Amino acid sequence: MVKVVHYLNQFFAGLGGEEAAGTPPTRLEGSAGPGRGLAAALEGGEIVGTLACGDDYFAEHEEEALSRLLELLAADGADVLVCGPAFGSGRFGYACARLAAAAPIPALAAMHEENPGVAATEGRAFVVPTAANVGGMRDALPRMARLALALGSGRELGPPGEEGYLPRGFRRNVRADKVGAERAIDLLLAKLAGETRTEVAGGFDRVAPPPSVTDLSRALLALVTEAGCVPQGNPDRLPAIRAQGWLRYPIAGERGLERARYESVHGGFDVTLANEDPNRLVPLDVVRALEDEGRIGRIHDTFYTTTGNGTPVAASTRFGREIATELRDAGVEAVLLSGT
Amino acid sequence: MLAKEIEREGIPTVFVTSLPTIATMIGVNRILRGPAITHPFGLDEKERRCIVERALEMLETDIEATTVWEAA
Repeated sequence: MVKVVHYLNQFFAGLGGEEAAGTPPTRLEGSAGPGRGLAAALEGGEIVGTLACGDDYFAEHEEEALSRLLELLAADGADVLVCGPAFGSGRFGYACARLAAAAPIPALAAMHEENPGVAATEGRAFVVPTAANVGGMRDALPRMARLALALGSGRELGPPGEEGYLPRGFRRNVRADKVGAERAIDLLLAKLAGETRTEVAGGFDRVAPPPSVTDLSRALLALVTEAGCVPQGNPDRLPAIRAQGWLRYPIAGERGLERARYESVHGGFDVTLANEDPNRLVPLDVVRALEDEGRIGRIHDTFYTTTGNGTPVAASTRFGREIATELRDAGVEAVLLSGT
Repeated sequence: MLAKEIEREGIPTVFVTSLPTIATMIGVNRILRGPAITHPFGLDEKERRCIVERALEMLETDIEATTVWEAA
């Protein structure tokens, strides 16, 4: 028998409406509210206890609420924690997500896929998508029960689409029946027949484009590259592949990236042409001329470089954030970034 | 991902690359297609000036979603 602990807010636990939103964490014996429907769907599982907390209390005292809820959870010795469903409710969804992510046992949270709670799990808990409002209860409970039983019994999970949870941003190697060439042909034939499929979903977020530069002739412009451009001899040993970080070099007063002084150590393309003239990767010669002509206000005194070759998305995102912070602090207003 | 994170900080950024498909897929906003993987900013100074001018124009252009321009 899989032992389940269920988490609800004050409303679904039957403690009260908004007036009870300040209720601190508490535990109810057995199932409550939608937990009864969940219990009915849990064949081979049982809800041993229901934890509840007011939405406002959780939002305003997250640390205390989490630590108390985790204590209560530990006391029940459950196999799996089920939170929600929170549907489109932001506060409840957030609480479900944070608790599920913090739980030391397998956990799932159920909510609408656009609930801000989805991002708040940070990939550390499973999210079962639901409708945006409580009308989706009947549809959600059996799906939550199915995943809860799988998690609670320790069964190895299949991909998100099969098991009914949202992608968590991880990729796992699986053994395919056909070799890559055959699968590629299958995808191509499907595409020619009008059906575009992929084995690897993109899953990248979008950034709203910032407004354009209003007056470039007064702006500070920075040069950034992921083409592995470094001073001759690579004094700081930037790797040719799978870089662990990024580097910055001063270019104040330099008219261009001279071949005697710079080179590319990128291991993902033939650097012969780049090393004949490193300006082909980082166009300092031309931007310097445009600075002289007044087309560009000023060139930032530092250029930033890394090797964009086999870099995991998480690492590359970190480099980007770190460089972005430096650029912002330096007052940079525009960036020319080159990649290969 | 560098371009995205720098733009997330509010600084308009043009990514010059000869693989705009990949850049589009990961969500880069301002993409300029360079002439080749081995020399995104061209072979000679004249060509480079054209590419840089296009990139600067792109920095001066408001866009709403991923936009790919040709360098020439």
